[in-house]
Amino acid sequence: MKAGKYDLNDTSIMNFDKQKQEIALSTHDLQVYYGNKHAFYDGNLQFERYKITALIGASGSGKSTFLRSLNRMNDDVATVTGEIMYRGIDINSKKINLYEMRKQIGMVFQRPNPFSKSIKENITFALKENGIKDKQKLDEIVEKSLRGAALWDEVKDDLNKSALALSGGQQQRLCIARAIAMGPDILLMDEPCSALDPISTLKVEETMHELKKKYTIIIVTHNMQQASRVSDYTAFFHMGHVIEYGKTKDIFTNPKIQATEDYVSGNFG
Amino acid sequence: MNTKKVNKLALAVIKLIAAVVVVILAFLLGKILLSGLPHVSWHFLTTPSRSFTAGGGIGIQLFNSFYLLILTLLISFPLSLGAGIYLAEYAPKNRVTEGVRMAIEVLSSLPSVVVGLFGFLLFVVQFKMGFSIISGAIALTFFNLPLLTRNVEDSLNNVPKLQREAGLALGLSKWHTVTKIILPEALPGILTGIVLCAGRVFGEAAALIYTAGQSATNIDFSNWNPFDESSPLNLFRPAETLAVHIWKINSEGIMPDAEQISAGASAVLIVAVLIFNLSARYLGNRLYKRLTASK
Ligand SMILES: Nc1ncnc2c1ncn2[C@@H]1O[C@H](COP(=O)(O)OP(=O)(O)O)[C@@H](O)[C@H]1O
Ligand SMILES: [Mg+2]
Repeated sequence: MKAGKYDLNDTSIMNFDKQKQEIALSTHDLQVYYGNKHAFYDGNLQFERYKITALIGASGSGKSTFLRSLNRMNDDVATVTGEIMYRGIDINSKKINLYEMRKQIGMVFQRPNPFSKSIKENITFALKENGIKDKQKLDEIVEKSLRGAALWDEVKDDLNKSALALSGGQQQRLCIARAIAMGPDILLMDEPCSALDPISTLKVEETMHELKKKYTIIIVTHNMQQASRVSDYTAFFHMGHVIEYGKTKDIFTNPKIQATEDYVSGNFG
Repeated sequence: MNTKKVNKLALAVIKLIAAVVVVILAFLLGKILLSGLPHVSWHFLTTPSRSFTAGGGIGIQLFNSFYLLILTLLISFPLSLGAGIYLAEYAPKNRVTEGVRMAIEVLSSLPSVVVGLFGFLLFVVQFKMGFSIISGAIALTFFNLPLLTRNVEDSLNNVPKLQREAGLALGLSKWHTVTKIILPEALPGILTGIVLCAGRVFGEAAALIYTAGQSATNIDFSNWNPFDESSPLNLFRPAETLAVHIWKINSEGIMPDAEQISAGASAVLIVAVLIFNLSARYLGNRLYKRLTASK
């Protein structure tokens, strides 16, 4: 298939060696449709455990569509076919308990979206709904997850203050803390810094380096410096296709496909 | 004329129109309050009305108004809450729900006389409920429901979609997300809407004339058994409200002090509605601050 000036079938997708690398999540023939609109094609990607994988590409290229399929956030609006394998099970199957699955695969959104509750309640709310009642245990999780999101030192004296009184960057880190409090395995992040100033962005990026010791992270970003700074692997999306997937270093310095090269060097279009 | 002048002129005209509106409103309000408040006293607010002699009060009517208001809200709030949640969060976007929305829209612009006559035919006559508080409360529910439902739906829709995704992404069910995250955030708007509706219901006469009736039977304020005929809480006694009372005095009042009573009752009604409106603002703001700012 040819669309625009690039051949969308001219792709280079890395595969992992399952003997050496542990795969946290993989997709097989993933297709996404919004009604009649085919928004994502033929996704066969593997994501290595405890690594950060960046999804880059122009706006509208299907990055969010793909990412949101991974924890079934698009169930109401899109039809997703194909398999998403996680720990040996296909989580794209109808039989999956979405609520349990989403505790394993957490998500951080484009804009900080804390609840209008206190900082502490933002974290404990979902835990309590899941039946954790022990106060001491809750306090421990609050501290641990706030430390994990590098926010503890800034808010430890104001845990009962409203989360909406925090700055945008702090709110986003609170959302990260809220996600990791559930004890997930994988974190999906959809342009988590796009609404933040450069200093807050750096803070969140630093946080990610810590997070990857414990979590597998898949992050959508339109910021190429960010992709090259934080990620181990990068996938380049174009018009609903993954054109190239490989080590971040290779994608940025030695891309195999013309479209990727044009995109990372700014000659795209 | 240059742009600057046009702008200035337009602004002046708009300001003038606004001023005229404010003056008219202030004049009306002032007139009602000035001519009515001198007749308002504790005695006036607490004694029963008299039909033929001077010196009657509005005690029973005032109680009836509040009782009817509370009953109406007790019936219409849960219904509108359910309907509003369904429409805002669950209803699929199809012809059926579009039809429901249309029906609500139409119902909300139904003249209250029509609601009253409908209530009269169906509840008072057909269901043999007679002129009674309960007939009135159901008629007012019909009158109230569309606006309250719209208000709940709008308040829920004003909570950003991202909040719903936040809940779902944490593994919460949709129902928990809606009831424990979205609803609390929509609460200030919902409460404001309820209090405003309360003001509307409180001042409503046309829908009640043929449902709750036009007579204020004497009630015994020491008898709180709702099944007793003379109890204030009895649902099946006819109950003239303040607004109906004002209408009746003005159309057929034969007591010597009809004019004063009408003026006094109007002032009380206006003050009550004002209190509802002001407290709606206050409550909304307070709640919003409590939910968003630091505690
Ligand atoms: N809810 C939706 N309904 C219909 N089309 C959508 C929806 N969300 C995204 N799309 C379309 O799918 C394509 C990919 O969008 P998206 O995944 O948001 O791209 P990206 O995140 O890379 O900017 C776009 O053409 C967009 O218009
Ligand atoms: Mg996107």
